[in-house]
Amino acid sequence: MSSKPDAALPLSGIRIIDLTVVWAGTFGATLLADLGAEVIKVENVHVWQPMTRGGQARPSAAMVKAGAGWAVGYPNAEPGPRPWNYSPTFVQQFRNKHSMTVDLVSDEGREIFANLVSKSDALVENNASGTLEKLDIGPDFLRRAREDLVMLRMPAYGSDGPYRFARALGVHLESVMGHTLLRGYPDLDPSYITSIFSGDYVAGAHAAFAIMSALRHRRRTGEGQLIELAQAECAGGMLAQAFMDYSLNGVVQERIGNRSVNGHAPYNLYPAKSDGDGTDGGDRWISISVMDDDQWLGLRAAMGDPEWARDPELRREAGRLERHDELDARIGEWTSTQDDYELMHLLQSHGVPAAPVLDSSRIYDDAHVQHRGLNETHDLYDDVGSFRYNTPFMRFSETPLCIRKPPVALGEDNDYVYREVLGYSEAEVEGFRERGHIGMDYDPEIP
Amino acid sequence: MADRPGPLDGVTVLDLTEHIAGPYCTKLFADFGADVIKVEPPGGDPSRSVGPWHQGVSGPERSGTFFYFNTNKRSLVIDIDRADSRPVMERLIERADLVIESQPAGRLDSLGFGWEQISSRRDDLPMVSITPFGHDSPYRDYRVSDLVLYGFAGEMYSIGVQDREPVKMYGTASLVECGAAAATAAMGALTSAELQGVAQHVDFAMADAQFNGVDRRHAATIGWEYAGRKSLRAPGPAAGMLSGVYPCADGYVEFSGAAIRIPRLDEMLGSPEWLQDEQWWRPGAGMNPELVEEFNARFLPWALERTKREIWAAAREAKVLCGPLFSVDELFEDTHFSDRGFWAAVDHEAVGQVQIPGRPFMMPASPWSIRRPPPRLGEHTDEVLTECSFATSEIESLRATGVLGE
Repeated sequence: MSSKPDAALPLSGIRIIDLTVVWAGTFGATLLADLGAEVIKVENVHVWQPMTRGGQARPSAAMVKAGAGWAVGYPNAEPGPRPWNYSPTFVQQFRNKHSMTVDLVSDEGREIFANLVSKSDALVENNASGTLEKLDIGPDFLRRAREDLVMLRMPAYGSDGPYRFARALGVHLESVMGHTLLRGYPDLDPSYITSIFSGDYVAGAHAAFAIMSALRHRRRTGEGQLIELAQAECAGGMLAQAFMDYSLNGVVQERIGNRSVNGHAPYNLYPAKSDGDGTDGGDRWISISVMDDDQWLGLRAAMGDPEWARDPELRREAGRLERHDELDARIGEWTSTQDDYELMHLLQSHGVPAAPVLDSSRIYDDAHVQHRGLNETHDLYDDVGSFRYNTPFMRFSETPLCIRKPPVALGEDNDYVYREVLGYSEAEVEGFRERGHIGMDYDPEIP
Repeated sequence: MADRPGPLDGVTVLDLTEHIAGPYCTKLFADFGADVIKVEPPGGDPSRSVGPWHQGVSGPERSGTFFYFNTNKRSLVIDIDRADSRPVMERLIERADLVIESQPAGRLDSLGFGWEQISSRRDDLPMVSITPFGHDSPYRDYRVSDLVLYGFAGEMYSIGVQDREPVKMYGTASLVECGAAAATAAMGALTSAELQGVAQHVDFAMADAQFNGVDRRHAATIGWEYAGRKSLRAPGPAAGMLSGVYPCADGYVEFSGAAIRIPRLDEMLGSPEWLQDEQWWRPGAGMNPELVEEFNARFLPWALERTKREIWAAAREAKVLCGPLFSVDELFEDTHFSDRGFWAAVDHEAVGQVQIPGRPFMMPASPWSIRRPPPRLGEHTDEVLTECSFATSEIESLRATGVLGE
């Protein structure tokens, strides 16, 4: 597990404490780590954070034998020796990070933590509201340890107001912000709307942006600060058109499924030649978006300019929108016997935005994914086999971002952090180990 | 406090982005204090040509989409395809601290403003290029919409139910995800220049940001790699031991089965007698389909007797994961968000005062602010060129020849 030197990476020399859980904060810290910051996850072997290193610390063999790949697709379909180090739901957010363990429930743990804070530039956390205060490591504690620390907290709905203590995952705050009622099948009951987590995405990206902005402010003024990113509010931009329609016109928009919010037509998913169906993941779909009249001509040409498409009423967007259902049926008939990738190449050669809808089993084989090096084979700390992990997705020309450290195991960097960063002696470290701060396994009674 | 400059005060961004993703990225820079100089083609950013329109009437200053994504920016109209626009572009490049663009891959290179040319002229100017697939992909020239991008590179395949087609997110949400990630990349590029003295080009591909982002695709990908297990759409509506979207007296509420704790459910439901049976409290009860069905049958009447606000209040009190499905009008009327100051009022010449979603995060020492409404097309052409030391007569002649437009 040697680390490559990261001398000139954009955030080289910046140390960030990562107290994040689940996805939003964790993704933000991953982006900062990709950019070269030394990100240290501070964890506790006596406390299981739900949905951060897995649904459970020790899922049974039966639990991982069935169920969605993204939830319980553990290596080789087995829980393995330390499931928390390679939960499929979370492992991709552990690259380029360090992990130390310390028991923050004890006075000694808090002292160790204060030592780390004094040597760090920023801290990011998205625990349930009140968690840091309960541990007595809130903003006052942090400022005492390091006056110019940049602190970023990511409560779901903010640190004040009636919703401040509401428990939430991304899916809940998107319901509150109106996203859930604005997406999904327009002809089915809302109970058919399945969970998405785009709120985690935008909150995480904004978190990384916020930390770097505040570090710039600190470079100019010497001043740290406490940033509050309410994840619900941060999701606002994704729903901009709906908010603007209400704001400008008092219009409450309704669900339109896969059609265009801007009234472009045709704009939908169409069936492609399939080997199976939705129950086995063998169904194939091609997305097609005709966004202007020239692209309509492109689609016509790609289809061989059939008689029905030459109707002059369809020449303009308004006419096509009017007859969207009919166009969908016609186009679907044309696509349903063809290979989805061949359709993409054909349509794109005529200037029409189109692509297959890839299920997870087809990603590694895609020409773009391979050409751009979007994954790379690594071994983890625990010997569970060599697998391909996501690489950093931001392509920098002079200091390419890479996997400097594969996804980190719980406590993997205790030696480095306790000795080199915090400067403790051999004897002190031994004492911390005896008193339960240092470890690589959760307590055996944690399920 | 309100007068304090934002964290990007003093940064000049030359902005050649269009539509949604790029403008969201540069909006973040503008809203946090940067001077964003937006160069639009004659006729304007295509997002001026899409709704929602103010009072349903179209026009370049009436688009709600353009409005939201372009606050605090200054607009210039330059026909950059013309060779005689070069002196203007060169002067703008000279004054910039960061270039952010979303032109088709290769377009700026052919016009003389690609990364090679910019970096040979100035070795201290970072540049971010936002494209669908990047500058060296086999799909370099392919086009996307929010639907095409999300279906291909995002985790759209597993959203929806098995006997229907996959279904996307709202509006242009996937492009906004990309814009937020691009802003992180641009901030990284600015930091590299300022902190490390290294000016870099970022070849930002929206497809990469979806494939390797966090909206479940990362997990679905590794689930396949690890266990050969696909991530499929659900067979039907979710129904765990409190999981899924449930009807209630005035709409719907969403619960999540992840990390469910029976004592908390018991508290939320007011400790009903039926829930005291120990069968519910045994580990693994939530994995027993019969128990789950019975639980939901008992839960439904409780939900139907209560409003979504009442249910959410009970859930909050008991620390149960829950969210009411608010509609946009309900959200605008919600006092939690208005009292926190989430909505920002923006005065605009053509459409009056408009409430828009405000700060994505609060930074008290260097706050977000609205300093300018979204610009009229070409509103600042003369102002910016004058700052670039063009004489009035030169500006007039550039306009007469068609280098500057509307």
